[in-house]
Amino acid sequence: MKPIVAALLCALCCSAAVAKEGNECITAAGTVAPDFGLPHVARAIAKKKLDVAVVGSASSELNGPTGTNIAYPTRLEAALRSLLPGVTVKVSTYARPREIASEMEGKLPRIIAEAKPALLIWQTGTADAIRGVDPEEFRVALDDGVDKLRAADVDVVFMNMQYSPRTEAMLAVTAYADAMRIIALKREANLFDRFTIMKRWNESGVFDLYGATRTTSVAEHVHDCLGQLLADVVVAGAKLAPAVDKGTQ
Amino acid sequence: MSLPKPGERDLRLDLFRGLALWLIFLDHIPSNIVNWVTIRNYGFSDATEIFVFISGYTAAFVYGRAMRDHGTVVAGARILKRAWQVYVAHIFLFAIYTAEISYVAHSFENPLYGEEMGIFDFLQQPDVTLVQAMLLKFKPANMDVLPLYIILLAGFPPMLWLLLRAPPVALGASALLYVLALHFEWNISAYPNGNWFFNPFAWQALFVFGAWCALGGAKQLSVVILSPITAVFAVLFLVFAFFIVLTWYIPGLDALVPRRLEEWMYPIDKTNLGILRIVHFLSLAVLTVRMVPGNWPGLRSMWLRPAILCGQHSLEIFCLGVFLSFAAHFAMVEINQGVGMQIATSFLGIILMIATAALISWYKRIEGRSPRSRPGPPGATLVGGGV
Repeated sequence: MKPIVAALLCALCCSAAVAKEGNECITAAGTVAPDFGLPHVARAIAKKKLDVAVVGSASSELNGPTGTNIAYPTRLEAALRSLLPGVTVKVSTYARPREIASEMEGKLPRIIAEAKPALLIWQTGTADAIRGVDPEEFRVALDDGVDKLRAADVDVVFMNMQYSPRTEAMLAVTAYADAMRIIALKREANLFDRFTIMKRWNESGVFDLYGATRTTSVAEHVHDCLGQLLADVVVAGAKLAPAVDKGTQ
Repeated sequence: MSLPKPGERDLRLDLFRGLALWLIFLDHIPSNIVNWVTIRNYGFSDATEIFVFISGYTAAFVYGRAMRDHGTVVAGARILKRAWQVYVAHIFLFAIYTAEISYVAHSFENPLYGEEMGIFDFLQQPDVTLVQAMLLKFKPANMDVLPLYIILLAGFPPMLWLLLRAPPVALGASALLYVLALHFEWNISAYPNGNWFFNPFAWQALFVFGAWCALGGAKQLSVVILSPITAVFAVLFLVFAFFIVLTWYIPGLDALVPRRLEEWMYPIDKTNLGILRIVHFLSLAVLTVRMVPGNWPGLRSMWLRPAILCGQHSLEIFCLGVFLSFAAHFAMVEINQGVGMQIATSFLGIILMIATAALISWYKRIEGRSPRSRPGPPGATLVGGGV
């Protein structure tokens, strides 16, 4: 069923595709478009000041001396700045290794108060899978989180786990990935499907995600591309906002 | 599903358990194009329900006769011996899993996957994790079914005793335990945290229901099972379930589902065997029994023989399937992960499962333990390959 659905989606949203010339990873990622509008982002862009918070676990950062500069939140900030000239863009990252969705959910009020974001990127799932959290608990945490964010006039984009071919058979992520997809559809929130995007990269040979390496060059490229794609989704979501604005109220 | 006559094995049980074993194998290979055929993509329930129900059915069929013929103690001892065999099989699989994961932990490194490497943390403290694994508290990915099966078998002797004396009381007790477990959130704790993925207090309901069906329940229900009204409801429910599953994939469709229905329906819980999963499974079962009667000649055809063979040696084939799904993933990582490779490994895996089942049958025949070659005391002959 998934390929049929994927084909259907592609047919529906190809007009919204945001492929760029000369950037292999962007084209190979396939169609990455928002399903729902981002009204608060649209408002923030109109006011020329966009604050974004990224909440996540270890895969929202990269280790090493230049780690922060090359991780996707920073790349997102750079990409948003170039896509939105004249708008002051600030991305604040709240990433903690091993943090699960319910812990992140508990921190949301503090993050909202501190960063006052129009948009919160919520990267989660992997830590819950590793720690074997009850998928139902995970689902409830996401649902409650959406409540808090909506009440505070913050848009949310979920980001699911990385595609990690080496560990795929050892780490059962399906239940968590499904929960994220279902909550996103139910609550009309966008899901940035990092898993599928990285899988396409691996299949098309843009990135070799199997190979063992100590250098950060692959990681750096992956995060750069993720940041760009995410920026495209944010901007496209803002443009989509008026159409679905009433649905999110 | 009418009660089979003593000594006569209902081949449909073996057939569908064999198919369930294939589906479980396919579902356990990550990123496999072939697992789009598995039933979990089209409704609420999946192969686990089939496996647990049929296991309950055959357990009652085999050990029920043993209990009648040889007494409660002997039959109970046989069931516990079986539980022990399943336990040993589980620990064997755990050893294979640990070997694979240790290899990957040692040979793979990539700064991109710092977070995913967290699953290797348990290798840092083998003193704790190995003990927890032996206590069935630490269960790595996709290794949840056998521990459930062990607990179900271990608790089965008193339940079988009751089923033989007062079937309605036994069924009622099982249903009550299901309801209480859901209400009071009873489950067995897991390591490092959380609970068992398959809550045995909930899943026992399906196992006991299968057992009850085998001991005459199916016969009592046959009017309901074969009624056209039931069939209509079953079809409608399957269509409904398929539509709901579609709303999990296609944006916008969800708006068509009334909010009241959603509030009542969700979560469709796999851990606690949500009621919608049971209804979905029963709908499938009712239609299957209608379409495949017990005397259907196709059951003896050579085309279904492979699935039936696998179903007749379910423990061995289940374990092999878990191992093969690790191996298939390993092969994809090391060699090639293209669609061709996914299809090839899926089919090769199923062929290996069939070949192994045929080999086990052959061993049993030469050792004179097959039901065909040695009539023997009924019950005893089926124990090895039966459950």
